[in-house]
Amino acid sequence: MSNTQIATPRQELLYMVVLSAVVLTMPLWLQPFGAAYPDLMQKFMIFGIFAIGYNILFGLTGYLSFGHAAFLGVGSYTAVWSFKLLSMNVVPAIIFATLLAGLFAWLIGFVSLRRSGIYFSILTLAFAQMSYNLAYSVLTPITNGETGLQLNQADPRVIDRMAGIEATSGLPNTNLFGLQGTGYSGFYICAVILILAFFVSLRIFHSPFGMKLRAIKSNQTRMSYTGYNTRPYLLTAFIISGMYAGLAGSLLAMTDPLAGAERMQWTASGEVVLMTIFGGAGTLIGPLLGTGIIKYLENIFSAFNDTVLHNMFSFLPDWLNNILTAIISPFVGEGWQLLLGIVFMLIVIFLPGGLMEGYGKVSRMIRERGQKNVDDGSSDKQHSTGEV
Amino acid sequence: MDAIFLQILNGLDKGGAYALIALGLTLVFGTLGVVNFAHGAIFMVGAFCAVTMEKILTLSVKVKDPSVTFFDAYKETPYLELWFGNTGSAIIDWVVPISIVVSIPVMLGLGILMERSLIRYFYKRSHAEQILVTFGLAIVLQELVKTFFGANPIPVSAPDIVAGSAAIGSWIGLGDAVVYPWWRLIYLLFSVVIISAVFSFLNFTTYGMVVRAGMADRETVELLGIDIERRFTIVFGLAAVVAGLAGVMYTPVLPPDYHQGMDFLVLSFVVVVVGGMGSLRGAVAAGFLLGILQSFSSMTEVKSIIPGIDQIIIYLVAVIILLTRPRGLMGRRGVMEN
Repeated sequence: MSNTQIATPRQELLYMVVLSAVVLTMPLWLQPFGAAYPDLMQKFMIFGIFAIGYNILFGLTGYLSFGHAAFLGVGSYTAVWSFKLLSMNVVPAIIFATLLAGLFAWLIGFVSLRRSGIYFSILTLAFAQMSYNLAYSVLTPITNGETGLQLNQADPRVIDRMAGIEATSGLPNTNLFGLQGTGYSGFYICAVILILAFFVSLRIFHSPFGMKLRAIKSNQTRMSYTGYNTRPYLLTAFIISGMYAGLAGSLLAMTDPLAGAERMQWTASGEVVLMTIFGGAGTLIGPLLGTGIIKYLENIFSAFNDTVLHNMFSFLPDWLNNILTAIISPFVGEGWQLLLGIVFMLIVIFLPGGLMEGYGKVSRMIRERGQKNVDDGSSDKQHSTGEV
Repeated sequence: MDAIFLQILNGLDKGGAYALIALGLTLVFGTLGVVNFAHGAIFMVGAFCAVTMEKILTLSVKVKDPSVTFFDAYKETPYLELWFGNTGSAIIDWVVPISIVVSIPVMLGLGILMERSLIRYFYKRSHAEQILVTFGLAIVLQELVKTFFGANPIPVSAPDIVAGSAAIGSWIGLGDAVVYPWWRLIYLLFSVVIISAVFSFLNFTTYGMVVRAGMADRETVELLGIDIERRFTIVFGLAAVVAGLAGVMYTPVLPPDYHQGMDFLVLSFVVVVVGGMGSLRGAVAAGFLLGILQSFSSMTEVKSIIPGIDQIIIYLVAVIILLTRPRGLMGRRGVMEN
C-alpha cells in the first residue's frame, strides 16, 4: 500500500489522467448521489487541497501538526485583503495568500521543528492558538474580529479601478479574468487547482525528496547517522504543506469572500487531521478520499432530522419506526459530529492506515483466495506486482 | 499594591484550575505513558455532573400560587421544596457541594471504564495514535453532552452563603476596597486541598508507593508479583476524579458549555509541558505560575505596553521553555526529552 517505489512516468500519467477525469466529471457522476451542486463540490476541492498538503507533512514525515488551520486562516485573510485592496481577480489573491502562508509556515516551522513527537504537536497547537487569540483581539484592525473580514463597496480595489472596472450595484464578484469565482465556474477553477496540487504532491511523493521524508518517518535517528541533516527537509515539507493550506484558504475566500477567525481554531486543524487519517495518511489518494467522504456525509447527515427519518422508515410498523428514529436521531442533524467522532475512533483503533489500508487488506484477501483456487507454486512473482 | 495583590490572587485562582487539570494529565502520562487528549472532556463532564445534579434537584411541578387570589396562578415549585420546605430549598442551594460528593464515584467509574475499554489497548501504540484516538473520544464525549444539554452555557450558582465578596483587604490591612469573590477563594483552597491529597496519596500510602515504583520501573514491579496494571487503572480513575472535581467546582465561576473541555485542554497541555512531562510537582508549579503570569499580563498597565500580551503569554512562555529547556521546569532528566 505504501508508495515506496519511484513510479514510472507512464504510471504517473495514468494517475493524473484518471484523477482529472474523475474530478472534472464530478458534476455528472455526483448527480445520483444528490451532491452535484457547486457549493458542496467546491468544498470537496478546497478541503481536498488542504488535506493533500497536510498529508505531505503528516503522511510522509509522521509529524502530527495541530496548527494547520492557522495557515488556512492566514490564506483567507490575505485573499480577502487582496480582493479589497487590489482586485477582485483571484490570481493575485491566490498568489499572495500562498506566499504569505508559506512565510508563516516558515516562521512557525522553524521554531516548532526544533522538537519532535508530542512536543511538536503541542508547539504547533500553541502557535495556532496564539494566532487565533490574536486574530480575535489585537489584530482586529486587520481581521475585523468576531464579525469577520468582509468586502465593501467602497474598497479601493486599485487595479480594478485602474482598469476601469467599477462595481455598479451591490458587491462585486470574485472572478478569474471574467470567469466567476462562485457557482459552477468556481468549482472548475478549484478543480483545476486541485489537479495541479495533486500533481505536485505526486511528484513530491515519488521524488528523492519524498523518499527522504519517508526515511525520517521510519527512523529519524538512522537518517541523521547516515549523514543527513533532517531539519531542512522537515522544514521544507512543513512550508509546502502550509502553502497548500494557504492556497485552500484563498480558494475558500474566493467562493465566499468572508474570512473569520474561527477558521483558525485548533479544532479546525483537528478536522484536517481527521480527514487525512480517515482516508489514509501517507497514501496519495487517501486524503482526497477522506475529504470527499467526510464532507459528503456531513452534508447528507446534517440535513437529516426526525421527520426525514420517520419518512425513511415509514414502511415499518409505527412502534419500530419510532424506536429506530429515537436511536438514530442523536447521530444525525446537529449530532453528526458524534457519528464522526465514533467512526474516527473506530478507524484509529482498527484501521490506523485509514480506508486505503482497509482497501489494501480486502484486495489482498481476495487475491490470496484467488491464488489458492488456482493452486500454483510460483506466487512469489505475484506479490510485487499488486503494489502501486 | 492593591492591584498587584489582587492579580496574584486572581492568578492563583486561575492557576488552581490549571494545576488540577494538569495534575491529572501528568498522572496519566507518568503512569500509563498515555497522552490523553480527552482529559479536557473529562473536566467538562465533571462540570456537567453539577448541571445534572441541579436539574435533578430542581425537578419541578406546577403548584397553585396562593398569594394570587383574583385568578388561578401557577408557579413552578421544585419537589424538594414541596416535600421538605425550607430544608429542600437549602439542599437546592447547596447543589455544587452535593455534586462534588456525587461526582466522585461517577468520575471514578467513568475513568475506569475509559481505561479498561479503550486506553489500555493503546499503551503499546505511538503517541500520535494515542493523541488521535483520545481526540476522537473527546469529540464523542462533548457531542454527547451537547445532545443532552444543548449548546448554550448553563449557569449553576454557588450556595448563597458564599455569594458575595470577601473583604480580604481588611484582613491583611490593605483597606476595605480590596475585595475578592468568596467562591474563588474557596476554589483556590479546594485546589490546594485536592493537590495535597493526591500528593499524600502517592507519597504516604503503600498503594501510592507501589504506583510510584511502577512509574519508575514497571517491569520490576510486575516481576515482584504486583498487579500493576490494576493499580494503574485506579490511577486513571483518580486522574478523572481530579479533573471532574475541578470541573464541578468551576461551574459557579464560568457556566459550562460543551466545548469548555477543548478550551482547557490546550492550556493544560501547555502547563504540563512547561512543568515537565511526567513531573507532578512541575505540573502544579507551572499551573500556578502560568495562572499568575496570565493575570498580570491582563492588567491594563501591561497591556498598554505590549498590546495583546494577555492572549498569548501562556503559549509564548511554553514556546520559550520548550526551546530552551526541553524537559520543562522540573522534568526528570531523560524523560521525554526528544
